[in-house]
Amino acid sequence: MSGSVLYDAPGPIARRRSRVLSIVGVVVVAAGLAWLLITLGGPRTTAAGTQQPGLFDASRWDIFLDLVVWRAIGGGVLNTLRMAAVAAVLALALGVLFSFGRTARSALVRVPTTVVLEFFRGMPVLLMMLFVLLIFNTGSYWAGVAGLALYNGAIIGEILRAGLRSLPRGQREAGLAIGLSATRTRFLIEFPQAFRQMLPIIIAQLVVLLKDTALAYVISYPELLRTVVTNLSNFFGNRYFFSLFFVVLVIYLALNLTLSAIARLVARRTGPGSLNRLRIPGRGIFGMAGQSGGVGAGGAGDLGAGGGGPA
Amino acid sequence: MDAVIENLPTFLSGFGRTLGLLAVAGVGALAIGIVVAAMRISPVASFRAVATVYTEILRNTPLTLVLFGCAFVLPYLGVRLDYFVLAAIGLTAYTSPFIAEAVRSGVNGVPVGQAEAARSIGLGFGQTLGSVVLPQAIRMVIPPLINVFIALTKNTSVAGGFFVVELFASARQVINLRGDAVVAILLGVAFFYLIVTVPLGLIASAVERRVVVLR
Repeated sequence: MSGSVLYDAPGPIARRRSRVLSIVGVVVVAAGLAWLLITLGGPRTTAAGTQQPGLFDASRWDIFLDLVVWRAIGGGVLNTLRMAAVAAVLALALGVLFSFGRTARSALVRVPTTVVLEFFRGMPVLLMMLFVLLIFNTGSYWAGVAGLALYNGAIIGEILRAGLRSLPRGQREAGLAIGLSATRTRFLIEFPQAFRQMLPIIIAQLVVLLKDTALAYVISYPELLRTVVTNLSNFFGNRYFFSLFFVVLVIYLALNLTLSAIARLVARRTGPGSLNRLRIPGRGIFGMAGQSGGVGAGGAGDLGAGGGGPA
Repeated sequence: MDAVIENLPTFLSGFGRTLGLLAVAGVGALAIGIVVAAMRISPVASFRAVATVYTEILRNTPLTLVLFGCAFVLPYLGVRLDYFVLAAIGLTAYTSPFIAEAVRSGVNGVPVGQAEAARSIGLGFGQTLGSVVLPQAIRMVIPPLINVFIALTKNTSVAGGFFVVELFASARQVINLRGDAVVAILLGVAFFYLIVTVPLGLIASAVERRVVVLR
């Protein structure tokens, strides 16, 4: 067993203690879950004074036998994916542009790009969506797409810049030495390598983008949450509210966990050797905790991976 | 511009509430996040499992959904609290796994050789952690933690969609009054966000640079 370098391999007493703690932990969690299930399952009196059957009563779930409901859910998923897909493509294109602007040799290009980038990165996505919605009068779909594309484009731009900067100088020098122009060196030599190097982080950022489409709920775009929970429970009655919310939660978790898993797979497959070497599972100080989702659900990405990157 | 100056009290009260959300959720998430990080690296298997599930579920749920749950589902289940408190709970819950991951990866970022060296000169568990690993880890954790707080600042705007009249919601209110000055109002609001996020970002990159020099 890899163990931790911080302490010796546990002896019989420590092992027993850890087993006891483990069981206590399981019992506490199980008790919490049981309490939650019993609370949910018991009949309740609503604020209006009407009696409602518990959550596990069939009458709280029977709408899911209706094909119309599933069609509405499918429509919500499609709307969410439609926004995410278009925004992702635009964000990638913008990211490439931003990274070039940010690394331009002329200060006339570099400084304004930096200011614009900082502006986009420091502002809430929601505010950007509202901005586009009100000023350009685009309707909620394009407002959502534009907000997501600008924000994530700024972040992808920073990621690509970090990738460009982490390349060995010799790459650019070699390109110039064989007679390529500066632009062609950037396009043919530097950029493809930077892109591959940063691919896992970029995919993680795209997972964040998918997650953030839910923000369009606030500007009344009929995405998954609004279509299913708000509209359907208005239509079929409030008693389905919790069931519908639960279904949306499960759908989002399934979508995001799948994409995160793909991101992790790509990170392992095409990730640059250097990054993999840094993340040998079990080689951290707390090795026994297993490998961290360094790329995972894009945790770091969500939090403005921009500043990070290999320094 | 006069639309912004006229409604400055509205903006300031909204900004105050944004800062309030930031402070409450920031402290709460820091506390929970550190506990979760400790659970994830603890030798007790069930703690690790619970912390992992907690992190994965919350990190993969959109913030809108978390706040929606806090604003609608919790009251539906009989929780009676102010919407500000509900939003703070949601933001705390959503931010805590990110804090946990930042802390954990910072500690894991300290080279193993450091701990091995400390152990080989005879330091015990507490000494190794306290005088060798943690002092280095804290330095490495601060920039990502600041990034988490920047994200939290921006995320408080989502609470504006769920009945908390913070900066974003007060912007919407003012726009309803003064539809003719939308650009000025939105730029004014953006300014308020930027005076929190940009300095934090600068601090983060300054700390990062110093850490690089130290190594």
